[in-house]
Amino acid sequence: MTRTGGNAPPVRGSAGGSRMSSNRPIRLFRNLNAKISAIPMIATALVVFVGGTVWTIIYSFTNSKLLPRAKFVGLDQYERLWNSNKWLISIENLFIFGICSLIFSFIIGFVLAALLDQKIRFEDTFRSIFLFPFALSFIVTGLVWQWLLNPDFGIQSVVRSLGWESFDFDPLYNANIVIYGILIAALWQGTGLVMCLMLAGLRGIDEDIWKAARVDGIPMWKTYLFIVIPMMRPVFITAVVIIASGIVRVYDLVVAQTSGGPGIASEVPAKYVYDAMFLSQNLGQGFAASTMMLLSVAIVVIPWAYLEFGGRKSHG
Amino acid sequence: MDSSTATLPANSAARAEPRGRKPQRRLSRRNIIIYGTLTVAAIYYLLPLYVMVVTSLKGMPEIRLGNIFSPPLEITFEPWVKAWATACTGLNCDGLSRGFWNSVRITIPSVILSILVASVNGYALANWRFKGANIFFTILIVGAFIPYQVMLYPIVIILREIGLYGSLTGLVIVHTIFGMPILTLLFRNYFTSIPEELFKAARVDGAGFWTIYLRIMLPMSLPIFVVAMIIQVTGIWNDFLFGVVYTGPETYPMTVQLNNIVNSTQGVKEYNVNMAATIITGLVPLIIYFISGKLFVRGIAAGAVKG
Repeated sequence: MTRTGGNAPPVRGSAGGSRMSSNRPIRLFRNLNAKISAIPMIATALVVFVGGTVWTIIYSFTNSKLLPRAKFVGLDQYERLWNSNKWLISIENLFIFGICSLIFSFIIGFVLAALLDQKIRFEDTFRSIFLFPFALSFIVTGLVWQWLLNPDFGIQSVVRSLGWESFDFDPLYNANIVIYGILIAALWQGTGLVMCLMLAGLRGIDEDIWKAARVDGIPMWKTYLFIVIPMMRPVFITAVVIIASGIVRVYDLVVAQTSGGPGIASEVPAKYVYDAMFLSQNLGQGFAASTMMLLSVAIVVIPWAYLEFGGRKSHG
Repeated sequence: MDSSTATLPANSAARAEPRGRKPQRRLSRRNIIIYGTLTVAAIYYLLPLYVMVVTSLKGMPEIRLGNIFSPPLEITFEPWVKAWATACTGLNCDGLSRGFWNSVRITIPSVILSILVASVNGYALANWRFKGANIFFTILIVGAFIPYQVMLYPIVIILREIGLYGSLTGLVIVHTIFGMPILTLLFRNYFTSIPEELFKAARVDGAGFWTIYLRIMLPMSLPIFVVAMIIQVTGIWNDFLFGVVYTGPETYPMTVQLNNIVNSTQGVKEYNVNMAATIITGLVPLIIYFISGKLFVRGIAAGAVKG
């Protein structure tokens, strides 16, 4: 319906167009208002998204320092990048953080959504409670958890004062587990969103399927595991894409919670890029690192976009 | 698992002697598990908020002695006043207030401009398709997945060229650019869902591009404008990366200033002031969240499921 309607008006053209007999010169001006109003979009798409990305990729092959210089040095920047300890730690952190936050946010999000879907009372209240951290910025999240995980005053000291003297829980000051301290905060902030997506997916499942499963005497956990979860595949895929593209961007949370510390133990790629570009005047490194980030997103997004949109387009 | 085995006999019993006390029995066992889990989860989510508030109302001596979960013995609002008016970041000692007003000056024009641009754009895409429109739209949507870091420096160059680097106007433009994919998608999807007949009727009556937009589309889509506003206000208020890259110390938004106050290394750490500052910064999105309720969820769904 929309497709036919969408095509109709442009064919009619503007009033000025029909008055003129010749068709050629007016083509560009047909539907002129729509084109004018799309200029910001076109400019953004071409100049910023395409142009900016291509520019960054090209300049990642130069030895730009304080200012971008078009002196090409091949893959030097990438070689240095992968030899840099800070970058390797960033990548390792991103992997641990990414995999853990995918797994945990899926499990927590799904369990909470499934519980909320049991036709319970106070559903709205619970949902608002689970979702409210999502409204807060990563800076606020990071600072709150920095305080909660403070070894001298936070959770560790409270548990110790209750009598468990040997209790050790200071992730933010222990280089080996600092990334898990960030993970806790990230999960607090983000699981509400996953829960919301999952809940929408669960609500989309036909009530009759539940009834049929109940009539057949299938236990509830089996219904979830073998019927409902496979049916929710599209929701899961969407959630993975959203979470994954968020994970690659993790920056503010780390800055607020640990500033990359202790030492460089909680560095992440996004922070590496910022530090290289704006703090250590090493633009080439920043470009190379951000190109690597782009690559990792592309690996996730392109197959998904192909499945999601490529198929649909060939139909229409 | 338990619940379903308990349900089945109860069901057959109900058939034999109708309307027994089945519902109550079903309620108790499984609901203890359900409500128990949900309550524990709710505590986990609420605890940080609680600790924030409690800490910000205590004096420093009390913080050093007591534990972070205990309610304040003596409620003091001094940390709030200090966080707002006199907390220091580097050389400036005028508290968060400057950052707050900067954020206001950034957020209001950014929200208006980005919604204006994206709604007209979405309208054009939905009702006035022209050749090539879909290509640009696809680029826009795909571009939403590009990590911002990739485009940070090119934008620095563009802003420097037009003389807006480090100014609030520059940041407003940046927010408009990066808000465009999600908002355009939101508006385009909404406008395509408005019955085509309305649009055609208006065309027959001789209404043009802007008349239809202003007289028909705009009044019909107020809810979606509210949703867009929620997305943008919280998103822009919470932004840190663009703020720190495209503004200077004088024009830092609130999040950047908050981070500088709390994570500044010099001086004695005043945890109560820090927490008060954190709450003040989080207050605007929190208020929007709790007022908007379901619309906030709708904004997330629009941004997430379709994006």
